[in-house]
Amino acid sequence: MSTQTNLLATTRRSSTIDDVPTIPTRVLKGIILLLCCTVVIVPFIGVISTSIASQAHVTESGGFVLWPDSLNWASYRAIFNGGVVQRALLVSFVITLGGTLVSLAGSTMLAYALSRPGSFGQRPILMIVLFSILFSPGLIPNYLVVKEFGLLDSLLALVLPTAINGFNVIVLRSFFMSIPASVIDSARVDGAGDFRIFWSIVLPLSRAVLAVIGLFYAVGYWNAFFNAMLYISDTAKWPLQLVLRTYVINNTELSSGDLGGASADQLPPQESIQMAILVISLVPILIVYPFLQRHFTKGMLTGAVKG
Amino acid sequence: MLIDQARATDSGPPGTPTAERSAPPAGGQQLSWWARARRDKVLLLMAIPGLALMLAFHYLPLLGNLIAFQEYLPFVPFGRSAWVGLDNFSVIFNGDAEFLNALKNTLLITLVQVIFVFPAPIALALLLNSLLSERIKRVVQSVLYLPHFLSWVIVIAIFQQILGGSGLINNTLRARGIDTIDFLGNPDSFIALLTSQVIWKDSGWGTILFLAALTQIDQGLYEAARVDGASRLRQLWHITVPGIRGLIILLLILRLGDSLTVGFEQIILQQNLVGRPASEVLDTYVYNNGVLAGQWGVSAAVGLVKGLFGVALVIGANKVAHIFGEAGVYQKA
Repeated sequence: MSTQTNLLATTRRSSTIDDVPTIPTRVLKGIILLLCCTVVIVPFIGVISTSIASQAHVTESGGFVLWPDSLNWASYRAIFNGGVVQRALLVSFVITLGGTLVSLAGSTMLAYALSRPGSFGQRPILMIVLFSILFSPGLIPNYLVVKEFGLLDSLLALVLPTAINGFNVIVLRSFFMSIPASVIDSARVDGAGDFRIFWSIVLPLSRAVLAVIGLFYAVGYWNAFFNAMLYISDTAKWPLQLVLRTYVINNTELSSGDLGGASADQLPPQESIQMAILVISLVPILIVYPFLQRHFTKGMLTGAVKG
Repeated sequence: MLIDQARATDSGPPGTPTAERSAPPAGGQQLSWWARARRDKVLLLMAIPGLALMLAFHYLPLLGNLIAFQEYLPFVPFGRSAWVGLDNFSVIFNGDAEFLNALKNTLLITLVQVIFVFPAPIALALLLNSLLSERIKRVVQSVLYLPHFLSWVIVIAIFQQILGGSGLINNTLRARGIDTIDFLGNPDSFIALLTSQVIWKDSGWGTILFLAALTQIDQGLYEAARVDGASRLRQLWHITVPGIRGLIILLLILRLGDSLTVGFEQIILQQNLVGRPASEVLDTYVYNNGVLAGQWGVSAAVGLVKGLFGVALVIGANKVAHIFGEAGVYQKA
């Protein structure tokens, strides 16, 4: 008896539901997603707003402005007046560009050497690359090696230890291996050597994957913070993330000396300067984000599917 | 996964993939290894820079673990430090309070994150997947993926602006005359803070794999279920969830393989606000005691043991995942 009523209830419910969701569910979903997006977006708007709000407005709203009443570029002018932040920005750019080049060169060449079927030494080298994915050597040993190489306080310490990522090498390798052998064979018949084939045939065919991996590395270098904290004690060589940590997270006050000698009473409020530093470290990511999103999604899926 | 795949492509049917390079010369004889090395010398030269960097900064440091057995002093040359056997490991064997606390925090954070962080992208993916409008879906995705690309420094700075003493929420409370809440410095809620940050940063990005798995589900199943009069909720439970169960199990196992590693950068950046007792995990223990406090040997010992357990867990997780993996999205693709 009870099963029967149950059954009846089920049929009645499903007949009203059909396959289009009901209005209340759609509204509920909309509200949840809107909430998620708000939680992500509002902080960004607040950060940007605080960086350009007027001094009075910042003080009045307790240090964080959700929407600026006026446009005031004083904090950006203060930052780009020379001084700590500007120098750190330069360091970060140098590390990101130089590092990405080193990483891409090393990774693509290694991946190419590993992608030619039956080449000499391929198996042990491949094992070395694969095994590196499984473990990380640990903080103290890493530190000792960097120290023994004399790289403490050198910008190279921010590039070389993380330059080659085994996972990226494998992704590049599987891409290179998917290039039809006939293309490479015909070049070989025409007398091209291995490097020539790599440079003028394989790389041009791999632009998309190079962009993905290059962006992977670049974002990694731009965002890296701990290695700098560990290896770089000379504040003149600090990258932006470390400056951000010192002056924004740890709330160390930026003196006029830190800002290229602007006179102290002309300084915009600390909160605005802090948020301006934050914005500056965000901008490069925001600029490449459209590419990142498109390619990373694809790249991550190929990685997952292939891997 | 990756490793198995790379191995598989290598050891495929013998002869086929290797045919191009090692095709036997006319006599039917394999080239000698010297001849092959000479033939491939350009390839070897190309491999050297990357390989050297990897050996120098990924494998050479393994030797550095030797100081776990030494009374290491930074100003004494590496080889001259006194050997002390397993003395440094006594913090582990004898259960030093600070070490045990770090271990406890690490495991607790892993547990909480498996419960709260792990399901977030799944729920979000199901929600996104059920949207009828592709355009809204794409816009929402663009917004939610963004935090993944920000550094921890930026994420924590942003959280401070919202939750800090003079942040958005406390400003609002103050303006209304309500007591402010100490979100960032309260040791009791530190794990909740960490967890919410991880969810904010990565749950959008985490949907990608699940969304991909969801598109692999045979649409015919839904049609058949609809004809049978199954409600959308029942379709979700009987078709969608089983369709991604393999992937869920796989990712869960892989996550558990990483149990001993929890957000090092994230924690180190916030540690001075909450204090070490509440926030110390194994990785920060190694950093604080070794690099900062100068107990290099002890820290290296803890790091070494953690690393060994970590590798064992990851390999074990991979093995288990392999067993379950047969049903996952990986095999379908």
